[in-house]
Amino acid sequence: MSTAAEPKRLSKREQRAEERRIRKAMHGTGPEYWRRLWADIKRDKWLFLLLLPGLIYFIVFKYLPMWGLVISFENYVPFSGVLGSEWVGLKWFQYFFRSPSWTRYLGNTLILSLMSIVFYFPAPIILALLLNEMQSLRYKKLLQTLLYVPHFISIVIVVSITFVIFGSSGIIYRLTEQLLGQPIKYLSDPNVFRWMIIGQTIWKETGWGTIIFLAALTNVDTQLYEAAMVDGAGRLRRLWHITLPAIRSTIVLMLILRMGSVLDTGYDHLILMANALNRNASQTLDVFVYEQGIKNGQYSYASAVGLMKSVISVILVVSSNKIAHALGEPGLY
Amino acid sequence: MTVKQEIASVNLGPKDPSQMKQSSGPVGANASVGSRVFDVLNYLIVSLVAFTTILPFIYIVGASFASEYELTTRPMFIIPQDVTFDAYTYIFSTNRILTAFGNSVFITVVGTLINLFFTVTMAYALSKRRLRGRNFFLNMVIFSMFFSGGMIPGYIVIANMLQMKNSYLSVLLPGAISAYNMMIVKNFFQGIPAELEESAQLDGCTDIGTLWRIVLPLSLPVLATFGLFYAVGHWNAYFGAMIYMPQAREKWPLQVLLREIIILANASAGDLNALDPNFVQPPEQSIKMAVIVVSTVPIMCVYPFLQKYFVKGVMVGALKG
Repeated sequence: MSTAAEPKRLSKREQRAEERRIRKAMHGTGPEYWRRLWADIKRDKWLFLLLLPGLIYFIVFKYLPMWGLVISFENYVPFSGVLGSEWVGLKWFQYFFRSPSWTRYLGNTLILSLMSIVFYFPAPIILALLLNEMQSLRYKKLLQTLLYVPHFISIVIVVSITFVIFGSSGIIYRLTEQLLGQPIKYLSDPNVFRWMIIGQTIWKETGWGTIIFLAALTNVDTQLYEAAMVDGAGRLRRLWHITLPAIRSTIVLMLILRMGSVLDTGYDHLILMANALNRNASQTLDVFVYEQGIKNGQYSYASAVGLMKSVISVILVVSSNKIAHALGEPGLY
Repeated sequence: MTVKQEIASVNLGPKDPSQMKQSSGPVGANASVGSRVFDVLNYLIVSLVAFTTILPFIYIVGASFASEYELTTRPMFIIPQDVTFDAYTYIFSTNRILTAFGNSVFITVVGTLINLFFTVTMAYALSKRRLRGRNFFLNMVIFSMFFSGGMIPGYIVIANMLQMKNSYLSVLLPGAISAYNMMIVKNFFQGIPAELEESAQLDGCTDIGTLWRIVLPLSLPVLATFGLFYAVGHWNAYFGAMIYMPQAREKWPLQVLLREIIILANASAGDLNALDPNFVQPPEQSIKMAVIVVSTVPIMCVYPFLQKYFVKGVMVGALKG
């Protein structure tokens, strides 16, 4: 092992020295620097040609929009363009916080996120633990094959299936009507809306979500089980005292990362389920940005709210990563 | 989906869970009664969960072959009493669904090729340590993974600055590179032994020649994996086409059409006149089911590969990420 790693380490050191030399040359501005730069570019002209499409892509589709965020501080009119539009400073931010409904948007976002953490987050963990206890590998694999299917189905189809089954002529709608004597308006009742979203997420992603926990479970030391059995621990106790602690760090890490995206409810799922009747529950910050910006053409206003959300999200991700590091976990980066 | 993949791939162990050996079971005949009960319950629960997962699909497929009369009278069934193909006949008699299907195929194929081209070229260039400014370019890519302009500025760039509205370019180009996938491919390229490439260069290959003749043939499994990643993304995408091509109905992919005839139609009293005003009273409910089936079938056809490659793809990220 160590002999195989030896030459690699040497070359790495050499590379680092090379990098230092290059950096030194780059910081200088003498003729030597330019001559070298030109020689390097000429030597790697084909590499730079290969880099070009990707570089243009990142500049146009990633960095141009970042620069475009200045419209959050403007009264953007498409005709005048980003540079020609009137500068209004923090107007849109103040406008948002003075509007009577901003607490509703934030509230809906947080409620949905917290419900997702409480109800969806544990689902893949529980399922992974149950799958892990199955002895028949072939049967387990068959079940996994079935469980992964919905992950690859588009959200439009998931919502379409929901509409066909839970809509007013759908099978579940009619069954609940017969059972309860009155129907539950699954698709329009704001009180049911969040449960529908959580239910769809659980149905779609639980199976796929088990993969990460199943992978973590492969690292469990089997000797621990044998020792526990000698001590007379039953299946449930082994599950509780050995298996679960073994994936504790993965769970903690995933939870921390999930907390980092607490403001993201996703718009592609919600705007399909949202309608005029369930507005009170479906209006999250993401949906607000879509509706104000794309549907109503209030580009600057929507962009300002989106910017605020992005900044808070970055802060949350960075700090949750810090927490992960503080707990001795590897973190996201 | 992407965030989830990211998280999953960063933290995974190297082993494939499907090959995992069982770890905490009872030992043969010594299994206690409690252990047996546990096993039975466990198999029952997981089987039930898996069954619930695919039940909607089974129901939809069955119902798409049922008559409208049976759908409204019989409360629950998997196999219809009298099988009819009315819904499918109707679907394939209107051009709109066939056109949308064709559009989806076109977007998926061309989009995936664009994805692979952009991803591979950039990944190869960035995999070479000697490239001037490499760290700057890498940091540029990584930063874009953490912060983005968001929906509205992106929309303004694509719709107003580049004038891509109602053009296929608006759905083909904006997602040309997934930064995360590109980084994994880059790492994979770095793992290819340098000697192979050097010998090619000695024989007079340029960097592009080396990439094409040496590196790509060695990377076919990786290309297949990420090609599938991208292809499924294209097939399932609706948001881009919905916001960038609202007027170009003849260019709509299946997902956008599906949204209109099932989700929007349902919200507004549910008539299918959007499909074809000349058709007299189509069997509404079963048509919706048939449309769902038609748009799911392609995914089901590639599903065996998907499952294999996707699980592996997640692991590739774990090994090299």
